Amino acid sequence: MADKVLMKGNEALAEAAILAGCRHYFGYPITPQTEVAEYMAKKMPKIGGVFLQAESEIAAINMVIGAAAAGKRVMTSSSSPGVALKSEGLSYLAGCDLPALIVNVQRGGPGLGGIQPGQADYFHATRGAGHGDFHMIVTAPATVQEMIDLVGKSFDLADKYRMPAMLLADGTIGQMMEPVTLTENTSAPIEKPWAVTGYDGSRPRNVVNSLFIQPEDLENLVMERYARYAKIEAEEQMAEEYMTEDADIILVAYGVAARVCRNAIKAAREKGLKVGLIRPITLWPFPKKVMSAAAEKAKAFISVELSMGQMIEDIELAIRCRRPVLLCNRTGGMIPTPAEVLAKIDEAAKIGG
Amino acid sequence: MSKASQLLIAGFGGQGVQFCGKFLAMVGLNEGREVSYLSSYGPEVRGGTSNCSVIISDEAVGSPIVTDPEILVALNLPSLDKFEMRAVPGAMIFVDSSLIDRKVERGDTENFYLPATQMASDNGLTGFANMIMLGYLVRKSEVVAYDEVLRTVEKMVAGKKPGLLEKNLKALDLGYNYEN
Repeated sequence: MADKVLMKGNEALAEAAILAGCRHYFGYPITPQTEVAEYMAKKMPKIGGVFLQAESEIAAINMVIGAAAAGKRVMTSSSSPGVALKSEGLSYLAGCDLPALIVNVQRGGPGLGGIQPGQADYFHATRGAGHGDFHMIVTAPATVQEMIDLVGKSFDLADKYRMPAMLLADGTIGQMMEPVTLTENTSAPIEKPWAVTGYDGSRPRNVVNSLFIQPEDLENLVMERYARYAKIEAEEQMAEEYMTEDADIILVAYGVAARVCRNAIKAAREKGLKVGLIRPITLWPFPKKVMSAAAEKAKAFISVELSMGQMIEDIELAIRCRRPVLLCNRTGGMIPTPAEVLAKIDEAAKIGG
Repeated sequence: MSKASQLLIAGFGGQGVQFCGKFLAMVGLNEGREVSYLSSYGPEVRGGTSNCSVIISDEAVGSPIVTDPEILVALNLPSLDKFEMRAVPGAMIFVDSSLIDRKVERGDTENFYLPATQMASDNGLTGFANMIMLGYLVRKSEVVAYDEVLRTVEKMVAGKKPGLLEKNLKALDLGYNYEN
C-alpha cells in the first residue's frame, strides 16, 4: 500500500482529478476552494494538461462544455456564489448529455454570503442546478480521503451515464488536512464515440446540441434521460451507516456535519442513548433504501445540516413521513457543536426516540 | 477515556501558528496515529490573528474543529482572552510569557509559561519561537514522542536552506529543556 501523506482537502481533490485522467481544468478563484485552482495552475503545465483561469465562472463552465463535447475528462471548481453563476452551463451540459465534474466547496449564503463553511446549496445541487428537467449525480465527501475517492468515482459515473456530476463539499473538508493514500484510478476508460473530434468521413457526423424545436423530439429525449436517471436511482445510491443496528434515533448528515455527529453519538452512547448515523455519500440519488429500511426500527430521525432544513425534505420523503424528523442546524458559516447535536438527541429521546 | 488530544494553537499571523499545527499533525501521522489539522481561514485571519485545530488520537477523528481544547497554546494576548474559557477543565494551557503579561485566570487548568519570543531573540533564533514552544509543549504534554519530533523535522527540512535544520533543532532543544 502506498504511504500516507498529509494533504489539504482542496489539494487532494485536485490531485485526484489528475490521477483520474483529467487534463483540462477551467476555473476562477474564490474562497474557500482557491487551492484547487492553485494546485492545477502548478501541476497541469508540467504534465501536458490545460489550466486556464477564465475571466469569470460563466466563461469557465462554457469552456468545460467545449472540452466535454470533445470527449475530454474536464473539471471546474468553485464555491457557492460562483457555482450559482455556472447554473446555465450545468443545464446545457445535461441537455447535451455531456459528462463533466463540477466541484462546489460550499460557503454560507445567499448572495455573496460569507466565506465560512456551509451546506445551503443542497437544493441547488439536488433540485435546481439550472433550468429544465434534469439531474446531476451529486456526491458529498466527509473526509479528505473521500475527496480523492469520490473525484474518481464521479468522473467514472459521469462518463458512464453521460451527465454532469457534482462533488458537493464544504469549506471545512476543503480546508482541513488529513492523512490520505493517493492511488491511480484503474477503472477502464469509457469510450466516447459521440465526441466531436473532427469529421474525416470515417463515421457519421457527431453533433452536440441541446436545441430541439420539435416538442415530440425534446420530450422523447427527456424521457430517455429520465429512464437513465431511474437506473441511477436504482443502482448508484451510496451511504455509510454508523452504529445504526440497534439505534432508536438516527442522525442523518453529510460532509462536516456528519463528523460532528460522530462526536455527538459517542457522547449519547455514553449516556445510554441508542443513536446511530446514516451518512449519505450520494445526495442525488438520495440513499432512500437504507433510510426507508432504518425507519422500520428507529423511532425518530434528526437531520443535521449547515442549512435551514433542506436535506430534511429528502429524509421525510425517503421514509414517507413514517417517523418524526427533527432538525438540528446552523447556517451562515456556523457549524453545530457536538453539544448542540446532543441536545437535539435528548429532545428526540423525549418525544419517544 | 481514549488518549485523544484536541489542540488549539493561536497567535498572530507570522508567528508560525499554522506551521506548528501542521507539523504536530505530521509527527502524529509518522507515529501512526489518527490526525487532522484545520486552519482558520476566516475574517480573523485577514485581520491578523490566526489559529488552528489539531487532533492527534488513537481512534478515527470525528469533527476536526476543536471547540474545547485539551491543550491550548496562546502566543498572544487576544488568543488567550478568546480561548482561555473554552479549554476543558484540567486542560494544559501554554502561554508565551514574553508577549502575554497576564496569568491564566481560571484555577482548574494546568498552566505553563515560557518566554518563547524572548528566548528566540536571545539565541539568534528570531522566527523560531514557535519551535521553542513546541519543544516545551512536547516535553510537558507528551502529546507525541520527542524522538519522532526530531525525525520529522529532519525529514521536513532535508534539502532546504542550509542551517535551517540546526536552527530548528536548537529551538526545539531550548524549549524541551527549559526549566522555570
